[in-house]
Amino acid sequence: MMTILLLFFPLIASLAVLLGGSKLAAKLALGLAVVELAITGYVVSVFQASGPEAFYVFHSWIESPKVSFHLGLDGLSLIMVLLTNFLTPIIILSAFNRNTPHAAGYFSLILLMQFALVGVFTAMDGLLYYIFWELALIPIYFIALRWGGENRVAITLKFFIYTLAGSLLMLFGFIMLYWYNPDQSFDIRELYRIYITDGNQSWLFWMFFLAFAIKIPIVPFHTWQADTYRESPTQGTMLLSGIMLKMGTYSLIRWLLPILPVGVATWGPLAITLCVVGIVYASIIAIKQRNLKNLLAYSSLAHVGLIAAGIFALNIQGLQGSVVQMVAHGVNVVGLFFCADIIFNRTNTNETNELGGIRNLAPQFTTMFMIIVLGSVALPLTNGFIGEFLLLYGVYEYNTWLSVFAGLTIILGAVYMLRMFKKVMLGETGIRVPEFPDLYWNEKLALSMLVIVIIAMGIYPQPIMDMAEPVLQTILNKTVI
Amino acid sequence: MTFLGLMIPLLPLMGFLVNGLLGKFLPKGSTGWIGSLSVLASFVCVLLLFKDLGAAQAISIDVFNWISFGHIDISFGLWIDSLTMIMLMVVTGVGFLIHLYSIGYMHGDHGFTRFFTYLNLFIFFMLLLVMGSNYLMMFIGWEGVGLCSYLLIGFWFKNEAYNDAAQKAFVMNRIGDLGFLMGMFFILFHFGTLDIQAVEGLATGLSADSTLLIGITLLLFVGAIGKSAQLPLYTWLPDAMAGPTPVSALIHAATMVTAGIYMVVRSNVLFAMAPTTLTVILWIGVATSVFAAVIGLKQNDIKKVLAYSTVSQLGLMFAALGLGAFSSGIFHLVTHAFFKALLFLGAGSVIHALHGEQDIRNMGGLKKLIPVTYLTFILAALAISGFPLLSGFFSKDEILAHAFEQDKVVWTILFISSLLTAFYMFRLVFLTFFNNFRGTEETKHHIHESPWTMTLPLIILCVLSVIGGLIGLPAVFHVSHLLDTYLSAVTEPSASLLHHGEKLSHSLEIGLMTLAGLAAIGVILYARRKYITLKAMPEADSAITGLPKLIYHKFYVDEIYESWIVKPVFKMSEWFGTFFDKQVVDRLVNATADVMDSGGKSLRLFQTGNTGFYVFAMVIGMVVLFIIRLLI
Amino acid sequence: MEQAAHLVPLNWYLFLSTFLFCIGVMGVLFRRNAIIILMCIELMLNSVNLLLVAFSAYSGNSDGQVFVFFIMVVAAAEVAVGLALLISIYRNIGSTDIDVLNKLKW
Repeated sequence: MMTILLLFFPLIASLAVLLGGSKLAAKLALGLAVVELAITGYVVSVFQASGPEAFYVFHSWIESPKVSFHLGLDGLSLIMVLLTNFLTPIIILSAFNRNTPHAAGYFSLILLMQFALVGVFTAMDGLLYYIFWELALIPIYFIALRWGGENRVAITLKFFIYTLAGSLLMLFGFIMLYWYNPDQSFDIRELYRIYITDGNQSWLFWMFFLAFAIKIPIVPFHTWQADTYRESPTQGTMLLSGIMLKMGTYSLIRWLLPILPVGVATWGPLAITLCVVGIVYASIIAIKQRNLKNLLAYSSLAHVGLIAAGIFALNIQGLQGSVVQMVAHGVNVVGLFFCADIIFNRTNTNETNELGGIRNLAPQFTTMFMIIVLGSVALPLTNGFIGEFLLLYGVYEYNTWLSVFAGLTIILGAVYMLRMFKKVMLGETGIRVPEFPDLYWNEKLALSMLVIVIIAMGIYPQPIMDMAEPVLQTILNKTVI
Repeated sequence: MTFLGLMIPLLPLMGFLVNGLLGKFLPKGSTGWIGSLSVLASFVCVLLLFKDLGAAQAISIDVFNWISFGHIDISFGLWIDSLTMIMLMVVTGVGFLIHLYSIGYMHGDHGFTRFFTYLNLFIFFMLLLVMGSNYLMMFIGWEGVGLCSYLLIGFWFKNEAYNDAAQKAFVMNRIGDLGFLMGMFFILFHFGTLDIQAVEGLATGLSADSTLLIGITLLLFVGAIGKSAQLPLYTWLPDAMAGPTPVSALIHAATMVTAGIYMVVRSNVLFAMAPTTLTVILWIGVATSVFAAVIGLKQNDIKKVLAYSTVSQLGLMFAALGLGAFSSGIFHLVTHAFFKALLFLGAGSVIHALHGEQDIRNMGGLKKLIPVTYLTFILAALAISGFPLLSGFFSKDEILAHAFEQDKVVWTILFISSLLTAFYMFRLVFLTFFNNFRGTEETKHHIHESPWTMTLPLIILCVLSVIGGLIGLPAVFHVSHLLDTYLSAVTEPSASLLHHGEKLSHSLEIGLMTLAGLAAIGVILYARRKYITLKAMPEADSAITGLPKLIYHKFYVDEIYESWIVKPVFKMSEWFGTFFDKQVVDRLVNATADVMDSGGKSLRLFQTGNTGFYVFAMVIGMVVLFIIRLLI
Repeated sequence: MEQAAHLVPLNWYLFLSTFLFCIGVMGVLFRRNAIIILMCIELMLNSVNLLLVAFSAYSGNSDGQVFVFFIMVVAAAEVAVGLALLISIYRNIGSTDIDVLNKLKW
């Protein structure tokens, strides 16, 4: 019951905002998103007490092919839903004071996206999951198309088709799995049980992996990412980088690892190598990027490469690390893009060459920005550190040299982040940037929330890890032959 | 006792939070006192704890379970034993004195409150580092002090060069940190725990000098190389002089850079079980010691000389560790904290008096003008040069004695390094304080002694530099070595594993000490002759040629790093970003789109619009189907 | 009656039908006048009719002859529609030459 409420409330909210008109849109959207967050909070407290069984929803939906409306909230899904519902109000909050044209449509699309994302994370039936996966693509396409930057049309089209091509492969995969099942069902419990021959596991692995690799993205399937992040409006980029890409990593854990263990065993080494190469590749590119949003996009690419590598390391710390880092990265990257948005709002530029000396003009902003940067750079006592430590340890257990190579991220990350901070914030005041009003109320509130989470997660990450442990252990048992 | 133990790091943390969050609302100048008093309170707790805690005792405080996964639990825990106590006293004691000094030094600076906020945060992290019960706790402190170092070096952030120096420090530290992290992974994987005491216990079960132990210890030492500025990761330390002088005194002399030494001594069992690593540590320490001393001979910035001196002294400390003389390393760490902090604070006093002048070629004759600074400075210089009976004499000689026992070559190099130290220190002293003032009349007019907040710490540190040797009087004086005895509980487990050379006979040891003392005095007199009697002056920058030029330019190490490492990475970044990513990877993606596009362009030509052609196509289609049907 | 039906060998009907069909196809392909094309299409349909009846008569199964009725109905409908279209085209373009009708192209 709670699950259905949790899922459909954003949809209703989206309609309400659309009908409510542009004047009310921002406040209404924020209010409804906060309500959704409150519901999620309640669900978390019930979950601690009673476990995942309370949130199981199962209705037979379609007879032939047999698709059921099966939702479930176990530890992993709940963490992802919590992340989504925590970030959405902050994303909406970040859009205040920005004079968005056609606001009703904008916020309505954000809430629609939330609906699709919650659906992806709670769906336990293959086809239902696929429907939500595709559904998530539509609002972001329109958000980017209508409210994006100058070159958005071609770039958004490329993003859409590229992602869709991957998803199509995944659909083929699901259909293949359906035919494999003697009971012929898409339900996840059935999918976990069926036996697939080794040869077919390889094909299926690539079908699913490509879909997820494009979504995350994993190098070399990443070329849509930097441009799309840059041209999308800030809220779009936050949705994309903060939550949508987590769909890919979540799916690796939920749908790829346990269903195709032989495929993972065969192709895992290649996958993890791609991920690790991607980490260093993206970090190096980030160093010399002159556009702030491009730099953050490549930084994000490096971090999610590590998350994916940790998943393919196939050990408990890798999986725990990936869950923690998914949350941490979501929070950090939303914070970073928000700071970039604040800078753009005040100075009308994203080029680091045209910025500098902001520190003296806006001390509050500087402090928040610095803490978020430190979280991204994985300083101990921030959330990024816990994730990176676990992930690097996970990769280490898989292969020592890979983890040394992946560990270069802590050096390179410091290089490009601090270099960016130096260029943008430090230096002589007032030369490039004449004035810079400090944070408005909505920015202060949103950034404070993020900063609190960054530090709190850094000091006490155990609740998240405890919540995810049973699920991850089960999946690990299924995966490791 | 647990309460005291928890208060020690919490007090500076509270100081940080109060100054950081409420600093704007507090009266001007009070933030300095808040910062200083929080560290003083911490120091008082340390002393109270020292009174109660016996030398062989230890407290373990498990604050909460931090990270658990699989079968591994890492707790947020503190561990206090005799080694910790020594470090705590140095950190909080010297730390407090430097806080007090900063109240005077940073007076009137726009970022006064911010300075104390960062300093308190630094003390907090340094305390976590030395009190951590497991390697991950140590790592929190390890990286945390790196952060504070970054914030404080780049404190005057309007200056581009300072920001670059801060960034360089952080990145170089990070390179070392990767080694430390990998070492931790090895430990975690093979021992199943990161708790230091547990690891030391388990390590004894392995065979000595096994590849695993060598690997772990070398990786941990890589971290120490970065943090404690040894070859080849030392270039950040001289650049770090961009920060305010109290920062140089606290972080880059007394505390942060000593973290590497502390880490090795804390893990003494691990290192004792890997003699190969100890040899590596020894030779890196020796090489650094003499290399940095040579560079120091030709530097003209008062702080740069002290920076290279610090690198050199750290090399000496690591050499001690490499020789297995762990408590000697700590002894020198303590005395060095006293006189190096004093030297830096004294330099700060000089710079303060001269309103920012740092080039010793523009100084001189300050002896009469700032007497307290002069007196404390020269006593510190005597201590570091190994003048007999001062603290540096005893700590240095202890290391030299151990060196003589094990390897005469090492002893020779370290002895030469000591002589060089004495020389460049007194070159600095004589050029700064003696002869006549070489600056402008304007500056001379404004020279005055520093306020009591600055001179009091100088005096206290001076006293400590002079009598500090008492804690480590050698056996030849027929008294017990207090420090050795105090630390014995910590160094005992490894003692049996180390091979010491032939113990020196008393007479030989006294002979060596006398030799060292006389040599130091001799060098000082030589420097006196050169710089006071003969009034020799270092040349202007443009006039330096030949070997001195090579030394003056620090053997061009920075330039080598810049062109061999930094520039190639930046070039790669440009190439990857603009060429490779766009033209190669993206081309492939766009190629699929282009294939579709051209395919479509060719296929559409079938739509000729000519009805006859369409009918013809239909007929062909039918025929083909017929044939297929016939064949299958 | 069956005896009479078997007098003419089935093969002959087959050849005749194929021959008529090919004439029809060639007419559709080579002739330009739309009316001629429609007549050729009729010819093709009727050739098939002939074949169906022949087979039906030879095997004694009346299914073929029933199907012929279906085809005749379809042919009639198709001719009606085709001629209507043709008249409409003629009124607009003034010619019944199908080579003129080439606007529906890329």
